[in-house]
Amino acid sequence: MSSTNPAGGGPRRTARPDRAAWGFLLPFVALFLFVFVIPLGYAIYESLLKPIRSGSLGLGPATVGFAGLDNYTLALQQSDFLDGFGRVLLFGIVQVPVMLLLATTLALVLDTLSQRWAGILRAAYFLPYGVPGVIASILWGFLYVPGVSPLVDLLGRAGLAPDFLGYHGVLWSIANIVIWEFTGYNMLVIVAQLKSIPQELYEAARIDGASAWQTAVRIKLPLARPALVLTGVFSIIGTLQLFAEPLVIKPLTSTVTSSYTPNLAAYNEAFSNNNIYLAAAESVILALVASVLSFGFLSLVNRKERGAR
Amino acid sequence: MKPSRILVIALLAVAALYFLLPVYWLVVASTKSSAGLFGSFGLWFSDPQWLHNLSQVFSYNDSVFWNWTWNSFLYAGVGGALATLFACAAGYALAVYRFRGREAVFKVVLAGVLLPSTALALPLYLLFSKVGLANTYWAVLIPSMVSPFGVFLCRIYAEAAVPMEMLEAARVDGAGELRIFNTLVLRTMTPALVTVFLFQFVGIWNNYFLPLVMLSDDRKYPLTLGLTTWQSQAERYPELYQLTVGGAFLSILPLAAAMLVLQRYWRSGLTQGSVKG
Repeated sequence: MSSTNPAGGGPRRTARPDRAAWGFLLPFVALFLFVFVIPLGYAIYESLLKPIRSGSLGLGPATVGFAGLDNYTLALQQSDFLDGFGRVLLFGIVQVPVMLLLATTLALVLDTLSQRWAGILRAAYFLPYGVPGVIASILWGFLYVPGVSPLVDLLGRAGLAPDFLGYHGVLWSIANIVIWEFTGYNMLVIVAQLKSIPQELYEAARIDGASAWQTAVRIKLPLARPALVLTGVFSIIGTLQLFAEPLVIKPLTSTVTSSYTPNLAAYNEAFSNNNIYLAAAESVILALVASVLSFGFLSLVNRKERGAR
Repeated sequence: MKPSRILVIALLAVAALYFLLPVYWLVVASTKSSAGLFGSFGLWFSDPQWLHNLSQVFSYNDSVFWNWTWNSFLYAGVGGALATLFACAAGYALAVYRFRGREAVFKVVLAGVLLPSTALALPLYLLFSKVGLANTYWAVLIPSMVSPFGVFLCRIYAEAAVPMEMLEAARVDGAGELRIFNTLVLRTMTPALVTVFLFQFVGIWNNYFLPLVMLSDDRKYPLTLGLTTWQSQAERYPELYQLTVGGAFLSILPLAAAMLVLQRYWRSGLTQGSVKG
C-alpha cells in the first residue's frame, strides 16, 4: 500500500512485524492445518493401504499392508463410480447455466424496479437460501411423490402425468431442488455487484439514447462479470459435492443408487462396505477433480479477460 | 401498458410463485393430521390442528427435537463466531503486514476456498476417529471454526478499510499490536465481520455431510441430521411423516426470519468479495 515513509523509518514499521503477523495468523493456520491439510494427507496415506487377510479362507485376522495405487485403479475401474462422475458432469453442464441465467435475469430486472418492489421480490427469491439443503430436499420430495403432491395432482388433472422420480426425470428433479436453493443467493451476489457500478455510467448511457435492454446487455452485464465468475466457480464446486439431495430423495425412488454421485459412492464405500481405504482413494480423486475444474475454470476466464484487453 | 412491461411482471410473478410455493405448501401441510397430509388437496387447509402437531414434534422421543435445535444453535453460533474472529485476524495480518511467507499463506487460503468441503468430510472423519474426536461436539465444532473464504473477504476488506495512518498513529502512541487489533481494527472491520459470521452461521446451520459422518449419538445431532432420521424411519412409523413436516417447518423459521431481516446488510457485505474477485 503506502510505499515510502518520509520519516525515514523504512519498511519496518514495528520492532517485530513478522512476529505480530504470525501471531494473528496462528489460530487460523493451526486449525487450517488440522482440518484441511492433515486430513488430506492422512486420506492420501490411507488410500495407499489395503487389508490383507490371512488364513486359508481369508477369515483369519486381517493386517494392513501397502497397496500402492491399487485402490485408485480399483476405483477407476468401478463403472458405477465413473457413472457418478458422468452424471454429475451432465448435471452441472445443465444446472449451472440454467441457474446463473435465471439469477442474472432476475438481478437485471430487479435493478430496474422501484425500491419497494425490488426489496419485496428480492426477499422472496432469497428466502430458499435460508432453507437447509436437506430440508429443501425433504420438502420437494413430498412435492414429487404422487399421492401427497399437489403438483402431481394438478398436472394429472390437466392430463399430464409427470414422473418426477422416474429414471429419466429424477436427475432433473434434483437439479430443480439445487436451482431452487441457490438462485436467490447468486442473484444477490450479482445485484450487489450491479449496485457498485457508478450511477454516472447509466446517466451517460441514457443521454446517448441507450434503451433499457442495451444498458443491461452492453453495460451492466460486462460489469457484473466478476460476480458471475465468483458464482460460476462456487456453482461448479457445489455440483461436484452433490450429496444431501440425492441421499434424501433415495428412499423415494429406486432410480437413485447408492453410488449416484461420487460423494455418495465414497460415503457408501466407507460406511456400508467398510472399505475405508477405497473410500479414501475415492475422496482424493473427487478433491483432485474438483480442484482441477475450479482452477481450470478460473484460469480459462482469466485468460479470456487478458485476451480481451 | 407496454407488452414488454407485462412480460417482465409475468416473469417476476412466476419466479415469486416458484420460490414461495414449496414454503407455502410446508406451512399448510404442517397444520394437517397424518390422514389429511395424504388424503386432502396439498395447497389448502383441512382440519387444522397446528398446536397439536407442533407439540407432538417437541415431545416425541423424549423431546429430542429440543436437543437438535439447541445443537444447531450451538454449532452455528459458537463455530460461526470463532471462525469470524480467526478469519478476521488472519485476513488483517495478510493485509497490513509484509512478512516472509505471506504469499504462500494466501495461496493456501485460496486453495482452501476452492476445495470442496464435502470431499474433505470423509478424510476428516478418518483422522478424527483415529484421534478419538469422532462422535463428540468437537467433531462438528472444530471444522466449523475454519473459514478460508472469510479470510479472503477480510483481507480484501482490511486493505480497503483499515487506514495505515491510524495504525501508525496508534503505534506512535505506544499501543501494542494486539491492543490495536482489539480496539481499532475490530471496530473498523465490523461490516466484514457481520458478513463472514452470517455466511459461516448459515453454512454450519445447513451443513449435513459433516455431522452425518461424524456423529452417531442422535442427542448430538443438529436439526438437519435429526429431521432426515425421522424422514428415513417414516416408512415404518407413519406418524413420523407428519412430524418430519412439522419439524421442517419449525427448523426453517429462525433462518427464514434472519434472511428477511438481514438481506440488506448482507447485500452490502457481499460486494466486498466480488469486487476484486
